[in-house]
Amino acid sequence: MKTATLNRLTPYIFMAPAALIMIIALLYPLGYMIYGSFRAWDPSQTLSETEFVGLKNYISLLNDPNFHESLAVTLKFAFVVVSIEMVLGVGLALLLDRNIRGMSILRTLFILPMMIAPVVVGLMWRYMYHPTVGTFNRFLKSIGLDGVDWLGQHALMSVIIADIWQWTPFIFILSLAALQSLPSSALEASRIDGATGWQQIWHIKLPLMMPVLIVTCLLRLIDAFKVLEVILVMTEGGPGLSTEILALRISRTATEFRELGTAAAMSNYLLILLMLLTASMFAYTKFQEARAARLAAHAKEDD
Amino acid sequence: MASPSYDKQNPAFFALLAALIFMAIGPIFLMLVNSFKLDVDIISGTSGLLFLPTIQNYETALCDILWYELEHLDYCSLKFGQSFINSLIIALVSTVLTLVIGCMAAYALVRFRFMGRDVASVSTLMVRMVPPAVLLVPVFGLWNNEFCIDKTTMVGEWIRDTFGGRGDVCLAGTYSGIILIYVAMNLPFVIWILQSFIVQVPRQLEEAAKMDGANPFQVFFLVVLPLIKPGLAAAAIFTFRIAWNEYLLASALSDRDTKTVPILIVNNMSEFNVEWGVIMATGMLLAIPPIIFTLLASRQIITGMTAGAVKG
Repeated sequence: MKTATLNRLTPYIFMAPAALIMIIALLYPLGYMIYGSFRAWDPSQTLSETEFVGLKNYISLLNDPNFHESLAVTLKFAFVVVSIEMVLGVGLALLLDRNIRGMSILRTLFILPMMIAPVVVGLMWRYMYHPTVGTFNRFLKSIGLDGVDWLGQHALMSVIIADIWQWTPFIFILSLAALQSLPSSALEASRIDGATGWQQIWHIKLPLMMPVLIVTCLLRLIDAFKVLEVILVMTEGGPGLSTEILALRISRTATEFRELGTAAAMSNYLLILLMLLTASMFAYTKFQEARAARLAAHAKEDD
Repeated sequence: MASPSYDKQNPAFFALLAALIFMAIGPIFLMLVNSFKLDVDIISGTSGLLFLPTIQNYETALCDILWYELEHLDYCSLKFGQSFINSLIIALVSTVLTLVIGCMAAYALVRFRFMGRDVASVSTLMVRMVPPAVLLVPVFGLWNNEFCIDKTTMVGEWIRDTFGGRGDVCLAGTYSGIILIYVAMNLPFVIWILQSFIVQVPRQLEEAAKMDGANPFQVFFLVVLPLIKPGLAAAAIFTFRIAWNEYLLASALSDRDTKTVPILIVNNMSEFNVEWGVIMATGMLLAIPPIIFTLLASRQIITGMTAGAVKG
């Protein structure tokens, strides 16, 4: 009898610590933030002492040109970064999908930029972009060209380049894994039919890789909206607001301007955006699974 | 997979491979070289690779925990040593806690049908996308104002008397405060990754152990856990990396004594006159643990990454 009770309780006992921690430190704070976004909230108060202001925080953000600027920078950054990384990463994977010596070394070293601290990545690039001691300007001067004002006038581009350096390997590794798990029978068949390399890529490899590529792209897009430390160290959002992405603006509104209510409303806008992306990712995976199941069912009927 | 025979060797591919490797580690190598240079050498720029390497930058950075006096330094202003210890404590404790709690939850989600299972699994997936910047606002408020023990209660008074201080005892500024949020942030990912490993454990093994009279906990700890070691390794590396590298939440939640390394690096970068050599040395020290993990366990890391995307 006792074992039966124990068996019934087992899943709850296993689940309890994780559930407890996630409720205390993730769900409760998120609820707290949504509640706080409707209040005039500053860091010295508990929420119950604050005044209810309705949608004021949300509406004033919609009329705030700085918020618009920040949103525009975020979208520009995310879409430029992800599209360039997708093209480069997938292209390299297609090019290097062969059994050559040195591949495993490349794969190992390619992970390094993703593993080291974003703060350190920012630090390295800030040094390389430095107007006088930096590597790039020194190189340009040594071949007789003028130095570029990397982190001034071209700050957004420079930040984008750093992110491409850090994250193209992610796309590369995932698409390579996808390529190598393709059914060899399809490739074999097309080769016998006399397909050229390009035809194989366009008509066989890319379509077969598509499910993985779309998920990879969405994962990367979600992550691109989270980038903060690299930009903080390189430019601190400047010059002006030219590299102040939304995550950075939220943290500055909260800690520098001490307007927690506004920061909370901004966070909610960002959350809605990310929620849409995540939801579309799930919807797509579900759709793929359903299609695969349908195809399998058809195949069975044909037998 | 790893067949010993290689395709016909084409020099163009080797050139491309070499260029990519150079691009990937170039900046890191540059930081390594500069961390052994004096500031004069970095700024003059004439030396390139020809210079006298010195560990002076590392000594300056770690001056507060070195056991000997430094000749080149009158006053130890950078307290990186203490922050390294803080970073280590926080990263290690949160990694261990996340793994233990996470693998239990993953097991429950995979192997049992119970009330609330679907809610648990969906919300686990959804909170994965919450960025640290979004957590910053509520966590800052909660940890400072709400998650406190009143100084007039018995426990609060006891903590006050033992550790000193004036106001209420709050979660902000303590190791536990930072560790709690790191564990919570990493749990969804760890649970998700480990699920895909636990699914592959053959059920018959667990049934057999049960037949032999093992209770559910013995089955889990003695049969399942040893079989998912690669998954645990991958999850541990990802968790450690986030806890070790994280800046934003740590900067909001730490006080003078619990600062982690990324915070000090950012603080020293934003000052007007950057001491490049010392900063590069600290950057290198912060980068070394992840670099070692990568070189030792790149296969597990790649498995973890691919499991994440392919089984969305």
